[in-house]
Amino acid sequence: MGIGEAFTILISTIFVYNFVLSRFLGLCPYMGVSKDTSSAIGMGMAVIFVMTLASAVTWPVYRFLLAPSTSNLWYRLFGGSPADYDLTRVLRTISFILVIAALVQFVEMFIRKASPGLYRSLGIYLALITTNCAVLGVAVLNIDMFFQNAQPVPGSYLKSILQGFTAGVGFTLAMVLMSSIRERLEIADVPEPLRGIPIALIVASIMSMAFLGFAGLI
Amino acid sequence: MMEALLADNLLAVSTIVPAVIGLGGLGIVFGIVLAVASERLAVKVDARVKQVLDILPGINCGACGQPGCEGYADNVVAGKAAPTLCAPGGPEVAQKIAEVLGLAVEAGERLVAFCHCKGGKDSEWKYDYDGIPTCGAAALIAGGPIACNYGCIGFYDCIAACKYDAFLIAPNGMPVVNAEKCVACKACVNACPRGLFELVPISRKVHILCSNLDKGKAVKDVCQVGCIGCTRCVKKCDNGQISMKDGLAVIDYSKGEVNIEAVESCPVGVIHHYAYQDPITWQPPVKEALKGAAEPVQSA
Repeated sequence: MGIGEAFTILISTIFVYNFVLSRFLGLCPYMGVSKDTSSAIGMGMAVIFVMTLASAVTWPVYRFLLAPSTSNLWYRLFGGSPADYDLTRVLRTISFILVIAALVQFVEMFIRKASPGLYRSLGIYLALITTNCAVLGVAVLNIDMFFQNAQPVPGSYLKSILQGFTAGVGFTLAMVLMSSIRERLEIADVPEPLRGIPIALIVASIMSMAFLGFAGLI
Repeated sequence: MMEALLADNLLAVSTIVPAVIGLGGLGIVFGIVLAVASERLAVKVDARVKQVLDILPGINCGACGQPGCEGYADNVVAGKAAPTLCAPGGPEVAQKIAEVLGLAVEAGERLVAFCHCKGGKDSEWKYDYDGIPTCGAAALIAGGPIACNYGCIGFYDCIAACKYDAFLIAPNGMPVVNAEKCVACKACVNACPRGLFELVPISRKVHILCSNLDKGKAVKDVCQVGCIGCTRCVKKCDNGQISMKDGLAVIDYSKGEVNIEAVESCPVGVIHHYAYQDPITWQPPVKEALKGAAEPVQSA
């Protein structure tokens, strides 16, 4: 993977195809934890960590357990044809969710030990990273983008990890931008029916349109 | 017929076996990793934290300096905070916490919020403000619309922040704390952009109703009832309760009550004495004041 490719992944995942603002993944924590900047940053860091690890773990799971290729573990053990062991269809989502859930459990234990303050401020949303579709989204997207006919493209493992990391960075960027705006909205004179989530959703849509400006960059 | 259906609809055995083993295997591996991690990363929770948490009022007001009761319970048990910091709980809760922790408690006096401003909206206006009606927003524009840069702007951020309905509005428009309802949660202290509020012991009846740090003439220019820093009260004090700080008289509430001579010495009447009021409602209810009673706050 050259610098150019890495840069392309970086720009495209953070700006052009931002997970929150362009792909509309992970909207629940985006709305739920973006009320103040410090917890938005904390959530962002947790998501970066989980996305990077999830990319690093789901890639070998797909490559060696699910994909019908010659490196498939079952094919190696039992022989026959690789096509007999095509588990992509039946097992991809469930095994990825298993991986992500286990990772989130681990992150939860780790944050509780390392930073109790952050643990408390993230609250329920920490556990919700498990069902955060952005994390599952990046794992599935890695497979879709960096595998062709069940075979990894050159440098695909590193690309997957980089994409996982940058997707988390993009998520954090969107969260921090949103939380900064919402902190200001708190003292703004917003019409009564629009206060809270409604105005936040309107702001989110405007931000989303702003990010549309990056379309065509790559 | 049946066999054809089975062949069409069921997955091949070669799919089911790897799927079951694969997913089961992943589950077992992650299970072991998590079991080890939970052992290594276990957080030991002191049983006393739960006990203290049960004693606390659980209103998460933040008066103790922590975002919530849980943080305070953690700190108290860890010895990082005194058991007396829970203002809404008062001495009773402090006593119970001290019993749980086996500490001796020096019960402090109940505190209530007090607004150190008398003139407020009566002060001159610098410009017509037509923005967001909160003190926080108004204070951002050229130092606020009222001429006194230290006084009450009057959009009542304090009242909006108070969860306990502990505010009344005096006839002159100033926010007045109802000591009966005030739990000293500091919400108004934090909400006021001018920092006019202070928590004072409930038994103290003499207060200085000004926060203006300017020199005497500058104060006179913007407010008729502001402290001009003449230091007469300081000289009349018998125990040094009043001192001058940046040209403003301030009371050290820990040194006892201010004597009446010091109160009466103030030429602008900015030192107020509430001696004739019920000690609980040491600021008079608005209703009575509106009935045409004499000056609601009794000045010297």
